[in-house]
Amino acid sequence: MTFLIENSLFFGIALTLGAYLLGVLLNRRFKIFIFNPLLIAITASIAVLAITGIEYEDYNYGAQHISALLTPSTVCLAIPLYEQMRLLKKNFTAIMIGIASGVLTSGIAIFAMAILFALNHTQYVTLLPKSITTAIGIGLSQELDGYIAITVAAIMITGLFGNIAGEAMCRMFRIGNPIAKGVAIGTASHVMGTSKAMEMGEIEGAMSSLSVAVAGFMTVAAAILFENLI
Amino acid sequence: MKYISQFAIIIVISFIGEILNRLIPLPIPASIYGMAILFTLLSTDVLKLSAVKETGKFLIYIMPIMFIPPTVGLMESWGTMQEFLFAIVTISLLSTVVVLAVSGRITQSIINRKEKGGRE
Repeated sequence: MTFLIENSLFFGIALTLGAYLLGVLLNRRFKIFIFNPLLIAITASIAVLAITGIEYEDYNYGAQHISALLTPSTVCLAIPLYEQMRLLKKNFTAIMIGIASGVLTSGIAIFAMAILFALNHTQYVTLLPKSITTAIGIGLSQELDGYIAITVAAIMITGLFGNIAGEAMCRMFRIGNPIAKGVAIGTASHVMGTSKAMEMGEIEGAMSSLSVAVAGFMTVAAAILFENLI
Repeated sequence: MKYISQFAIIIVISFIGEILNRLIPLPIPASIYGMAILFTLLSTDVLKLSAVKETGKFLIYIMPIMFIPPTVGLMESWGTMQEFLFAIVTISLLSTVVVLAVSGRITQSIINRKEKGGRE
């Protein structure tokens, strides 16, 4: 059967879309946050590949064309940001201080837990870029001589978690202001969290988009402070 | 026609971002350069919102599916991760919670203080 799927252009795309639709349907049926469409889609796709024994490479041969749209889509996050420009200008200081505090907190938290887990230098710097968007994270991990594949994994776990639980966490910490919600989700869980913030509201989405870019830059700058601590 | 020109503009900006990423020796991805370019073009009125709006919103709307293939790819790096998997997962989850709480609460309290100050 594998020869039918090998180098198939549409198998990966069909599986990705099908798995996401399944996720959306289950999410509508059971209104619990763990039934997150993205989480279900990823789990279902991995399950299909694991059960059928289809290689990731064969799946990604087609599926990579979907991910190729990620760069143009991220570019488009400038649109909601532009639409919320008035709010951005009015709250500029609050937003920037909020993002900077998140970036510093991230470094401190990772440093503290790295000591707790007795991680070595390479393992520690591998995790430093975990809250920022994959493309910047990969570059930073390279720069710091981390394990790139693991940095990507940590970024994915972070993003998925933000997408699943971001809204609930905002409620838990009594973050009710839409600007603050956007800053929190974008700073903590980059573009994957932002796509959830976009569903929560236009202001949340716009502020989250901005936070992804700003937090990315600030994390690259802050890495100099943190990299040699362990 | 509208959709084609909107898509063309978005793709060209992405392409320029890609070129900047190659020319400038900083770990800044094409998408962030592109986002900055589009934002600048819109806010300086060089580009009207209507020149990118529908296609842009569509791309943002379908964005979640674009994260699926790379995340499924984690099954490939399983081997290298096992060594300190527990630490990776714990650190990733816990730091996300603190970062979200701190950045959100600080932003909110500054906004609230400012609004209160304005009223007095």
